[in-house]
Amino acid sequence: MATQAPERGVQSGRAKSDGTHEGFLRHKSYRWLKIAFVLSAVAIAGYVLIDVKPRPNGGTWYGYLLGVVGTLLIFWLTMLGIRKRIPSRKRWSLKGWTSAHIYLGIALAVIGTLHTGFQIDWNVHTLAYVLMMLVILSGLWGITAYTRLPKKMSLNREELTENQMLEGLRSMDRQINDAAQPLDHRYAELVRKSLQENPFGGGLLRRLIGFYPKNKTRKTLARLSEEIAFRPGEDNPIVRLDGLLARKESKVQRLRKHLQYKARLEIWLYFHVPLTFALIAALSAHIVSVFFYW
Amino acid sequence: MTFTVRQISRTSDGREIVRASNIDAGTIKIGRDAASDIHLADLAVELHHATITVLDNGRINVASETDRDFAIDGRSVQSIDVDPLKGGELVFGSHRLTVSKDGGVVIITVERFEAVSDSTGEKQEIGLFTLSGLLAGRRMQAWSFISMVLVLFLAWPIYTYATTSGVKNRTAGFHADESWNSGPLSKAHAKLANDCQACHTEKFVAVTDDSCRACHKNDSHDHSTKARLAQAAIPADFGGKVKSFFKTSFNKPEGGCVDCHTEHEGEDYMKPTKQAFCTDCHGTLKQRLTDTKLANAGDFGTDHPQFQVAATVKVQNDQRFYRRVSLDTKPSENNGLIFPHDVHLSKGNGVARMAQTMRGEQGWGSSLACKDCHTPSKDGHRYQPVDMEKDCQMCHSLGIGGKTLKHAEPAKVVAQIRSFYASGPAYRPASLDNFARRRPGDYAAVETAQDYAVGSRIFQGQASEAIRDVFAQGGACYDCHIISKTPSRGAPVTFRDVVQPDRYMKKGWFDHKAHDDETCESCHAATTSGKATDLLLPGISTCRTCHVGENGGKLKPVKDPVASSCALCHDYHLDNKAPWRSKIKQKRLDRQSNAKTTIASRN
Repeated sequence: MATQAPERGVQSGRAKSDGTHEGFLRHKSYRWLKIAFVLSAVAIAGYVLIDVKPRPNGGTWYGYLLGVVGTLLIFWLTMLGIRKRIPSRKRWSLKGWTSAHIYLGIALAVIGTLHTGFQIDWNVHTLAYVLMMLVILSGLWGITAYTRLPKKMSLNREELTENQMLEGLRSMDRQINDAAQPLDHRYAELVRKSLQENPFGGGLLRRLIGFYPKNKTRKTLARLSEEIAFRPGEDNPIVRLDGLLARKESKVQRLRKHLQYKARLEIWLYFHVPLTFALIAALSAHIVSVFFYW
Repeated sequence: MTFTVRQISRTSDGREIVRASNIDAGTIKIGRDAASDIHLADLAVELHHATITVLDNGRINVASETDRDFAIDGRSVQSIDVDPLKGGELVFGSHRLTVSKDGGVVIITVERFEAVSDSTGEKQEIGLFTLSGLLAGRRMQAWSFISMVLVLFLAWPIYTYATTSGVKNRTAGFHADESWNSGPLSKAHAKLANDCQACHTEKFVAVTDDSCRACHKNDSHDHSTKARLAQAAIPADFGGKVKSFFKTSFNKPEGGCVDCHTEHEGEDYMKPTKQAFCTDCHGTLKQRLTDTKLANAGDFGTDHPQFQVAATVKVQNDQRFYRRVSLDTKPSENNGLIFPHDVHLSKGNGVARMAQTMRGEQGWGSSLACKDCHTPSKDGHRYQPVDMEKDCQMCHSLGIGGKTLKHAEPAKVVAQIRSFYASGPAYRPASLDNFARRRPGDYAAVETAQDYAVGSRIFQGQASEAIRDVFAQGGACYDCHIISKTPSRGAPVTFRDVVQPDRYMKKGWFDHKAHDDETCESCHAATTSGKATDLLLPGISTCRTCHVGENGGKLKPVKDPVASSCALCHDYHLDNKAPWRSKIKQKRLDRQSNAKTTIASRN
């Protein structure tokens, strides 16, 4: 259950006065799950029991009904993007809306599938169906991300804000820079590599899997540690640097872990949202084409 | 020479802070070492990176103390002379040293232009922690998807429609509106797959009957008048009302061909309509169409009237007149023949004995069977009319004096008999003379003598007597034909016309070929029929021993039920051909048997 939601994501709701917490999935004791279940069950029962002629598909009266319900659902589901930009706590809480969005979205998979009558082919109609299913699947992906990641994320950042993380890193860099001033050029270059490394760099894939083999700070730290092994002494600036770099490294790691969680919380939306618009375009083409060549 | 070093730093809000110091010396050191004259706290700078020396001509020389370069006006050098009057910009690591001269003093302005580290540098903090910098924006992706889909699947097909509208035959190959094809066309229409406008002629107008009739000129007609069809139809249920609402809202007329003949349902044959399509009206037809002669029919297994067969009433000028009568009334018909099936099919009478005698010659069994006289039609659906010369004459010979009387042509028969009598007395066989070579035993000579005696007796009679006898009771014709005594020119008698209808069930379809695993007797009670007037047609109860309704409806238990919808026997557009469902079934059976043959021949 989402206990901590990121800033730009879906808020998982406010704590109730009795201290219990109810996320968007459990909202109002699964009210929307029940509604979506009934909707799907009725749609399936209708599909099985009503003997439409000549065979079940989008062209029968039942198919028309499912098509209309599906289309209305798609447009309503899209409205979440608008609703979440309008702050309001009247009647329809964003949590309730999100809960409905999720469960009705899953019900849409049932309604859309029944609308096809399982007639799948290479055409604009199946394109719309496939896009719809992809949007729903990416949504399910989003749900799993939102139920699993926020807890890990909050454990990782230990109540630091993102700004604090960045400032912490900057402070380490300044201290490292100062501490490295007396060093020989050879060491100075090593330290400089750590300083010049962009902790936010590394591309989408690195972000998502959190694997950074060329960690400059770690390399610098390793090299300097070798140095002090042979030249011990507390007044050696390298000893001080060693401590600073170790602290920086742990901060970088925390930051990168945080970035990884955030990326995984966010990436599904890069499918969900653009595919939704592709779906709306394909749906429009589907509807127009059906009546164009009636 | 005096140097003035101006160190510029900036506050967090970007304000400049300048710290100036004067150095009175001929050479000054630049480096990271805190003791340097120009101290650059920059890890990219060596501890003692370079030295500036004042030259005699007023210029200064900047020279690297290590093998590392520095930059002057964008160029990397090891050593350079600079004219302070002209100025110059030196770069060491992240520091910029600007050289100028003011009143004999060389001014070196030092400023850091890069942050200490990547993190401390300026960051676009909005979106820094998100994926926004790593992926194309969602909005841009959305717009690209929208435009791609709309262009490919909406604009292009509409363009194709607009440019090929009215073209009689489209060119082969892909046309964009094919992406709108909701499913493969049936076998019969498959060749139209890339020509949507063969049927969808007008935009936003449902396929019209005219489109169908453009090809189906002769093989389609209305089931009944539109008014009667409307009267017969049951009132629309909820689903019907919903469909009606959509159709009226989106300009699709009711009652068109496409209402029933739905296309784009798969590559197979076009699907036969379901039973409910017929029974919706016919199950309770009499309630709404009170003047109809048709009985209600809701399901073959449970609710179907007895068959009404076309029984012959009379034949006039070779035309058969019939009326439809229910088999329940045990109707009979006079087909003009006298023929007892029971005598012919008996297993123990003279006919059976005859069959055994002729077994070698005709390939018959121990008694006659139906197939010995009845030949299937070419297509196997029905039987050919029984032909006297082919099917009867092997036993019922019309031979006379080595010739055969011409069947069905009384005038010729008369002529043949007269000619026979005009040809003179019988020839006396040589074997009856005493001069011939004798063979052992006397019986052959006795038989020949008897034949000769009979022949001689006939010749002694008159032709007219023989002609009278052949048509009269006991004569060759009289046994099978109803002969009137009325004389007519050219022939002494007239025969009752004989009809052998090819079909008794004009409104239904029966295929003998599809029933070839049944015996004839299991449906036709021929073995007990003593008269040709018996209509040996099985009633519905016989069919129901195998055939049940489309969904298995039955009145009595059926061992191996054959689900039978209306379309198995009935056709909506009635013609002389098999109904659609039977046709498809037969094609499937043929295909299966072909496949079996192929496999067998391979083995």
